[in-house]
Amino acid sequence: MFARRSLLAAPMLALPFGARDAHALDPRPSVASFSILADFLREIGGPLLAIESIVGPEADAHAFQPAPSDAQKLARARFVVLNGLGFEGWMPRLIRASGFRGREIVASRGVATITSKGHSHGHGHSHGHDEADPHIWQDPRRAITMVRNIADGLAAADREAAEAYRMGAQRYIAELQALDTWVEQQFASIPRARRRVVTSHDAFAYFGARYGIDFLSPQGISTRSEPSAQQIARLVQQLRRERIGAIFIEAGASPRVLEQVAAESGARIGGKLFSDALSVPDGPAPTYLAMIRHNTRMIVEALAG
Amino acid sequence: MLLDPLFGPFLEFAFMRRALVGCLALSLAAPPLGVFLVLRRLSLIGDALGHAILPGVALGATLGGLSLAAMSVGGIAAGLVIVLLAGLAARGTGLREDASLAGFYLVALALGVAIVSAGGTGVDLMDLLFGAVLGVDDGALLFMASVATLTLVALAVMWRPLVAETFDPGFLRHAGGGGAAWHLLFLALVVLNLVAAFHALGTLMAVGLMMLPATGARFWSGTVGGQVAAAVVTAMAASVAGLLVSFHADVPSGPAIVLAAGVLWAGGLLAGPQGSLLRRWISRPHLAA
Repeated sequence: MFARRSLLAAPMLALPFGARDAHALDPRPSVASFSILADFLREIGGPLLAIESIVGPEADAHAFQPAPSDAQKLARARFVVLNGLGFEGWMPRLIRASGFRGREIVASRGVATITSKGHSHGHGHSHGHDEADPHIWQDPRRAITMVRNIADGLAAADREAAEAYRMGAQRYIAELQALDTWVEQQFASIPRARRRVVTSHDAFAYFGARYGIDFLSPQGISTRSEPSAQQIARLVQQLRRERIGAIFIEAGASPRVLEQVAAESGARIGGKLFSDALSVPDGPAPTYLAMIRHNTRMIVEALAG
Repeated sequence: MLLDPLFGPFLEFAFMRRALVGCLALSLAAPPLGVFLVLRRLSLIGDALGHAILPGVALGATLGGLSLAAMSVGGIAAGLVIVLLAGLAARGTGLREDASLAGFYLVALALGVAIVSAGGTGVDLMDLLFGAVLGVDDGALLFMASVATLTLVALAVMWRPLVAETFDPGFLRHAGGGGAAWHLLFLALVVLNLVAAFHALGTLMAVGLMMLPATGARFWSGTVGGQVAAAVVTAMAASVAGLLVSFHADVPSGPAIVLAAGVLWAGGLLAGPQGSLLRRWISRPHLAA
């Protein structure tokens, strides 16, 4: 596989541009499977890349239906970045079907994963049982590894701009490290025992593991399952018993059930957390950095208040 | 203590009480309409209309956000438009009404899915299709209760012409009773109930509480009144049983309610007092009703 790809890439390297000034070339068409990876690409490649995201801002990658235009984007692209770990299960098929012939970069490669389980309530789910939780980007440290993976992939396939990618990645990784420190500071004043939060979707396990926050959820790992009365009842009991102060409605999931849970348990409904998609440009989380900062502020406010 | 598994969930949790009250309201109004649909050989029209409201609901949700009013108005409007168009097409071309309705509802379903996908922000297709029984809030509850009240009053008023039109469509036409008008009014009630049920059960499952008790009712009684009563009782029993199963056995609530209705339907089919399999098997020589 690998050898064949490099052979395919070889004629591109020999293009008669002299490879002097990478910026003089047209931007390389690149595709990311969803908005957060597109943001990583933007930070790493900047003007070198013409980036398109298959699942756009505020759209749900779990329930996504590819359209022919998505296959067209891929057919034109030189790079495609996907998360892997089954997050975009439809992506490998789409890549094969589109006739994509560039470099496929799996951002999750080598990232330590957490096994996903319905940890808020004792019973197991029929789906996503012993599989790795794919939402790794919620931990900025793991995001750094993802950025490295993407930059390495770009550099290997596009030698003439390799240095630009590495510098872009380095600069961005420094920002991610600063972000990680900042988030840690925000939570420092809140006792560990009080860091208990409920969201409508199990997407924050990595964020929780990194900063010592328990995320409980009325639903399973996927946005697809309808909760049973038993799950909701357990959650209400749990909220009452453990005196959890805030519930968060995550972008993309149904808020109606959670509103009932809030009314029932006396817990407060916090703001909107972003997990699997960025917001639209004028929203609160148009970039990955803004998303993590926004989520952190929301959680800290709710736990402190 | 013994009754705790039956009453405990409803006593302890307000969301269980809301879901129960909502489903009981639906059970009061939708099954009688279902009985008439069955008698008029229009059983599948409930299904068709259930899908027909989707584009309206989707459009309402896209324009007005996830507000109850916007989605309800959109759903009712879309359902009525489809009913009128199907009726007009049937009268104008001689195509059977169910056939033209089948055509319209498929287009409507596709349109609804397209609108939800294009809208992008905030509207979840799964939520529209499957609803959230446990997420019934005050507004939705009030809406369902109002629709149930309106439906029962309307049914009381139009009972006689509706029965007459059902069993002898020619009679009202000759007597100048306006058969088509009653038919349209009746379908409008069906749309209204489906939109109400949609808030709890979603567009796919809303039909379940209307049709399953109704199809089972003929195994319990031979008269229209008896069948209506049987359908209402079955639907209420299915609501309670479904919510309890959802609570104790950890099954999603919407499907649990419809499955409970399915079990009661199968029970009637197998062993009901009127023309069930068991009845026919026992008294093979003479024809059952």
